[in-house]
Amino acid sequence: MSVRVGVVVFPGTNCEFDVQYAVEQLGGRVELLWHGEDSTKGVDAIVVPGGFAHGDYLRTGAIARFSPVMRAVGEYARSGGPVIGICNGFQVLCEAHLLPGALQKNAGLKFMCETVALRVETTSTALTNQARVGDVLRIPINHFEGNYVCDPRALAQLRAEDRVILRYVDNPNGSLDDIAGICNAEGNVVGLMPHPERASDVLLGSSDGVVLLKSLLAAATSRATLLV
Amino acid sequence: MAESPNEQPLHRRLGMTDEELAAVVEELGREPNHLELAMYSVMWSEHCSYKSSRALLSRFPTEAPWVLVGPGEGAGVVDIGDGLAVAVRIESHNHPSAVEPYQGAATGVGGIIRDVFSMGARPIALMDPLRFGSLDDARTRYLFEGVVSGISGYGNSVGVPTVGGEVVFDDTYRGNPLVNVFCLGILPKERLVLARAEGPGNLAVLLGSATGRDGIGGASVLASASFEAGDEAKRPSVQVGDPFEEKRLIEACLELLDAKLAVGVQDLGAAGLSCAASETAAKAGAGMDVDVARMAKREPGMNAVEAMTSESQERMLAIVEPSNLEAVLALARRWEIRAAVVGRVTDTPRFRIFDGLFDAIGVPGENPAPPIGDDAPSVTSDAPAIADVPVESLGDGPLYHRPVARPASQDALQAADPGPQLRDKFPPGSDLSGELLALLATPTIADKTWVSRQYDHQLFLNTVAGPGADAAVLRVKGTAKALALSTDGKARFCRLDPRTGGRLVVLEAARNVACSGARPIALVNCLNFGNPEHPEVMWQFSEVVEGMSEACGALGIPVIGGNVSFYNASGDDDIHPTPVAGVIGLIDDLRRRPPTASLRDGDDIVVLGSIRPELGGSEWAAVVHGLDGGMPPAADLDRARAVHELVASLVRDALVAGVHDLSDGGLAVALAEMAIAGEVGIRVELNFDGCTPAEGCFAEPASVVVCAVNPHETAALCGAAAAAGVPARVVGVAAGDRLIAKGAFDVALADATHAWRDAIPALMSGATP
Repeated sequence: MSVRVGVVVFPGTNCEFDVQYAVEQLGGRVELLWHGEDSTKGVDAIVVPGGFAHGDYLRTGAIARFSPVMRAVGEYARSGGPVIGICNGFQVLCEAHLLPGALQKNAGLKFMCETVALRVETTSTALTNQARVGDVLRIPINHFEGNYVCDPRALAQLRAEDRVILRYVDNPNGSLDDIAGICNAEGNVVGLMPHPERASDVLLGSSDGVVLLKSLLAAATSRATLLV
Repeated sequence: MAESPNEQPLHRRLGMTDEELAAVVEELGREPNHLELAMYSVMWSEHCSYKSSRALLSRFPTEAPWVLVGPGEGAGVVDIGDGLAVAVRIESHNHPSAVEPYQGAATGVGGIIRDVFSMGARPIALMDPLRFGSLDDARTRYLFEGVVSGISGYGNSVGVPTVGGEVVFDDTYRGNPLVNVFCLGILPKERLVLARAEGPGNLAVLLGSATGRDGIGGASVLASASFEAGDEAKRPSVQVGDPFEEKRLIEACLELLDAKLAVGVQDLGAAGLSCAASETAAKAGAGMDVDVARMAKREPGMNAVEAMTSESQERMLAIVEPSNLEAVLALARRWEIRAAVVGRVTDTPRFRIFDGLFDAIGVPGENPAPPIGDDAPSVTSDAPAIADVPVESLGDGPLYHRPVARPASQDALQAADPGPQLRDKFPPGSDLSGELLALLATPTIADKTWVSRQYDHQLFLNTVAGPGADAAVLRVKGTAKALALSTDGKARFCRLDPRTGGRLVVLEAARNVACSGARPIALVNCLNFGNPEHPEVMWQFSEVVEGMSEACGALGIPVIGGNVSFYNASGDDDIHPTPVAGVIGLIDDLRRRPPTASLRDGDDIVVLGSIRPELGGSEWAAVVHGLDGGMPPAADLDRARAVHELVASLVRDALVAGVHDLSDGGLAVALAEMAIAGEVGIRVELNFDGCTPAEGCFAEPASVVVCAVNPHETAALCGAAAAAGVPARVVGVAAGDRLIAKGAFDVALADATHAWRDAIPALMSGATP
């Protein structure tokens, strides 16, 4: 039986169908999780996808963290369930304090939609377990607020605990320490600015994101097996 | 200054002529009241009624077996097979963008998206043809930056990718930039709905934003109101887009149509509720009663005129059977959008407005709480109609056959052929290296990544070819098909000879689509012109429409929609006639990424079509050398068709590795762009019969396409061209790290790349390129 991935939908989310499509292409099933419902519906992994949750008129993710579904997502994360935040989802996970730090405006003060090179830095996470350290992946970014910041102590901890999972080869947005993605101490909660689902088909220019999505499905499978 | 506007009678202050008022009086059999007059003035405006252009637009061919909905609806719709259809529309938002570039462009994007999802289609792609003055000018840079940010800010957030478009810089647009917006949506055929208020007793539900005083029926209405009341607060506020509201509206409306909860949906655009409510009723042969007390208002003190003519953004009108109302309201609550029953379909052919009737007579729903500062509206079951007009008459505006005159200066303009002067200046043997570098750095030709990377162009995972490609290519998930889209317009050609220019605009868009292997299935156009009261402008308009019609007819492309924008002028000067064509092509079986406009090391370079010394209106003559007269290139329609079909078949059969059409800057620029993209040099000879080397390099003849070909395939390609009756010529190979055309230019690839890539970023950062 294929694993079930929950994809959180806030009003203003716009990448939910893309994540659904990419996950289904790899054999997973998708359950959309409406923001107003305080439930994770027994899924095997959760993706908080990209978009503009609640319009992002305030600080990105600042309202989304109060949606009822986020209480359930928090509980799910603390129970060890794989949770991936992509782009706006990363911003939401930071606001919800499931990950440290914050995403501020790009150094160039412009929205950026382009494909960038990322280096895989660690593989003991829900999103990189099928990749190899040192792999360089070409994956699109699509954000105005992707410039990662955190305080020096948090950064020291991220480094010491090997929690920077992806770094930009050529930093496009001013992120601290070239950080493109990080994880929590347990490696089950991951946030990244690039969109792996946008690099899931050679027809669209790159399939380098597939290894990340397969990692997610592998983590989901472990979770499903664990709970049986 | 204070008294002069009030000395004018009301209808003139509303922008109506005395004859138009007389027509209203005749229609009603009495003098109209203020509200009625306000509604007629907006509905009969040029923008809504196409009164100057309608008579001419009927020349466009609009029919084909696959056309499901032609011009005149929210969007044109064509059948693409597999149970799917696409809805397409293009519109201008020129004047708002000149005043406030960010919000002008943003609300343009919002409006065009609403047109598309009102048909039941999910909007999946935007394209933006833009025109600005020269980037040397600080205000132009402000407009350019603001418009691009507005498109980015709204389009990215609302969740519709911007997959292409074009940007042209020319002084004719200095005071009047053009912001055209194109949107394409996709729908299962059975979800197609038309904006019809069918069924007496059905309810008109207003969805989305509250109604404010923004964009009310032109400044004249407000001027009069403010003079009467002395109220500063009634000044028109700039329309402000709210992409988050629109995103929720899209999802709610598509869910509503999927669940078959609405019989028709229409967006509120120009002329606001007056237009949406009367048009849906008139098209269904029904009438409509509207109660303005039911509208949620943003500000206190709004009267019925303001409510009925407001152009507040992000509002839709759904026609709903009473038994479905509860389900519609529940759906609106889920998406957190306002929903109010503001109208009721009647079986009288009248459009009647009330203020406080519905609550008294038990129409479902209730009046919203009034804005703070307002009293609740008085409610009475015998409230009289505050407007009562024949519903057909609002949409049945005047029809003008404006005087048409060929400009007296046209002969002299056409006689000013730049050819002789440029032949003298650049005789055979001249080094054209500097000319090529200059062309690559002109902002119209230079790399537009500065623009396109601000746009999300990938959402929905359909974008096979995005910004910068000859045509955007979108796969259609669940099928083997793909769509190819291109918007194009070359005003300089249209100025020199509008008939030929109109043809060339269509040919270029169709050629771009052919370069991705598609066959054209539909065209929409956005016709940007000057003041239609100038007979010279009407001549340009008439000739352009004729030329576009001829080309569409010859290529078998139906016109399924369009938009006319008049009164575009810089100071006293009308802009150059600027028709923009958006062509939609269909690829039946997309197995691999279509070839891009690039070269590979070792490729043969083949030119399909005829190079002729046609410099009139070219980028080289007009922009680099300031010689903007002459005749545009010839537009041979039979040749165009043959080239398009040939190129599309070569792409489908994978006989070409790279393909690019000859356009701005001529053959040399097309080759340089392909070399830059492929990161490889060229060694070519560009000698063509009847052309000097400079003409061979920089002329812009129509229907020419450059192909990069594996040398093993060159003979097959030339054979296919011969069979199609299209000249083919191997001009050289892709190799090395220099661009070398024997006897013409020799430029380092790195220098060409630098000139092309850095021009716009340098201009926008204030540095010298």
